[in-house]
Amino acid sequence: MRRLGGVILAWGVLFGAAQAEETATAIGDTDRGERLFQQKCGSCHMVGEGAKHGTGPHLNNIFDRKIAQFGDFLYSEGIYRARRDGMVWDLDNLDAYLTNPKVLVSGTNMDFRGLAKPEDRGDILAFLRGYSSSPQDIPEAAPTALKQDEELSPEILAIVGDPDYGEYLSTECTTCHQLTGDYDGIPVITGWYEEDFVLAMHAYKRKLRPHPVMQMMASRLSDEEIAALAAYFGTFE
Amino acid sequence: MTFNRRTFLGTGVAVAASLSAPMVMGAGKPRVVVIGGGAGGATAARYIAKGSQGAIDVTLVEPTRSYYTCFFSNLYIGGFRELSSIAHSYGKLASDYGINVVHDWAVGIDRDAKTVSLAGGGSLPYDRLILSPGIDFVDGAVPGWDVSAQNRMPHAYKAGSQSELLKAQIEAMPQGGTFAMVAPPNPFRCPPGPYERISMVAHVLKEKNPTAKIIVADPKPKFSKMALFQEGWGNHYDGMIDWIGPDFGGGNVEVNPDEMTVSIDGEVTKVDVCNVIPAMKAGRICELAGITEGNWAPVSGHTMQSRMDENIHVLGDACAQGDMPKSGFSANSQAKVAAMAVRGALTDSKVFPAKFSNTCWSLIGTGDGVKVGATYEATDEKIAKVDGFISATGEDAELREATFEESLGWYAGITSDMFG
Repeated sequence: MRRLGGVILAWGVLFGAAQAEETATAIGDTDRGERLFQQKCGSCHMVGEGAKHGTGPHLNNIFDRKIAQFGDFLYSEGIYRARRDGMVWDLDNLDAYLTNPKVLVSGTNMDFRGLAKPEDRGDILAFLRGYSSSPQDIPEAAPTALKQDEELSPEILAIVGDPDYGEYLSTECTTCHQLTGDYDGIPVITGWYEEDFVLAMHAYKRKLRPHPVMQMMASRLSDEEIAALAAYFGTFE
Repeated sequence: MTFNRRTFLGTGVAVAASLSAPMVMGAGKPRVVVIGGGAGGATAARYIAKGSQGAIDVTLVEPTRSYYTCFFSNLYIGGFRELSSIAHSYGKLASDYGINVVHDWAVGIDRDAKTVSLAGGGSLPYDRLILSPGIDFVDGAVPGWDVSAQNRMPHAYKAGSQSELLKAQIEAMPQGGTFAMVAPPNPFRCPPGPYERISMVAHVLKEKNPTAKIIVADPKPKFSKMALFQEGWGNHYDGMIDWIGPDFGGGNVEVNPDEMTVSIDGEVTKVDVCNVIPAMKAGRICELAGITEGNWAPVSGHTMQSRMDENIHVLGDACAQGDMPKSGFSANSQAKVAAMAVRGALTDSKVFPAKFSNTCWSLIGTGDGVKVGATYEATDEKIAKVDGFISATGEDAELREATFEESLGWYAGITSDMFG
């Protein structure tokens, strides 16, 4: 029972009492976003099937598009300058632009005071996201939800990992890494010292180590989860 | 929905309650039947059998004795793999994991009686059913083509004899001949697959038939890894590949298998090989089970349970889950979440929040590998993408070679994860 108690405590820390089933956070409420879009943006911008440019360009496929890509729309000099600088309409830039357009692009023609409430921006962006490519069809398309960011804490090495949880988490690793310890082009991850494993995973998480798959996998692991994986993989000879 | 999910609720009280909840099952061991022995089904069967250590009776229904993975079948077409290297048997799942492997077709599901009927006449009872049947083609999707024409115009989108046929046809093309592909509309199995295939066909033709031409008629304005493929086609096969998108009629296609012609936006071309990849739908058993909506079977991202029957989980290409591409990697990832949920429902095992990931590697030319990957989490609405990456254009040859090497390691890893 001692270990079970520890597990429950760890879970409480990880997910908090309010956490129910959702593990990712939605960008916003698309229905409310649609209403807000019509009120705040709709007089200048169109989105959806058959959308055309108006006072502002249409917003189909805006996510992850380089700025100012329409040859048939005349943008402001400020927007063209941002294009030369390589700006892309990702979620962060769109959110900044909706907060206050002139902060992101000096001299923009978009005559809009901005939306102070993060919730309003999130809802509009969630609505607009539905009119850009789906990751199901184009896996590299922009995310549709937000992940929880995890910060590196000084106590990480003191965390005792739960090997049962590690075993479940490890199923993501074994799509590529073989538990038998066989090497066919993907490194062996069994039988490491726990501390080495933890250090390596945190180096990926902080993008100090270069591999994109590992950076991505590690970036969403909490400290407890990395410890659990280290504990589980450490049980192999 | 009133699913009695045993997903972790995050409070001590809820955990204690869920750990001590009584089993709801009849006498004897709980029974799981898995239909389809690919990346979803084989993985789910193996993880349930392995994790439950004999406490759950697992039956896997798969018609073929030798399973050819769809992933890497393009590399076979390109001459980078032997066909035998992508063939796998189910022996270890039976001998090492105690799975009852039944080589038969599932032809019906009685959801009230909770039984699966087999073409061979038997019937299998289940407490939980896992459907991972892959894809079938939408009737009439490409005018002029149906399954009776698949010898003259192969799809090669279910690996095995179709892959062999297409490869033989490419190699038999006359000098300066024409290869045509009719690419599918979204969503379909393996988003970069048609374009990796084009790369592999071009690789073969460049060596054996350098004046040959490749035409791709595509109903989609954009496809996965588009910039990477187009850059690679320019680098390796300059001038050989003509990709015709919807702006130029790529979505308005008709074929004539008897005449071996393809009509693109009314312009008829005589071709030597025609690879028709029609629009897709969930494997037909999902339709027979009555759990589809449109072409696919909708599921909850938390457990992969059908939205229409909590005793059925649907994995891989056949399900509609949200943002994950239809890929072997996705099916394998979903299978582990389903296996955990099924074990949690039928035995005392712990259930953790669902996490998913996917990476798709593609080969463009010799040693020129690229990849795209993402991580996903479940919301109540769907499986949502939360992070991702893609290879960059202009990467150096050493990195591309390393990416290709990594894909070989992944193949060895996932197939041992599926088949033991």
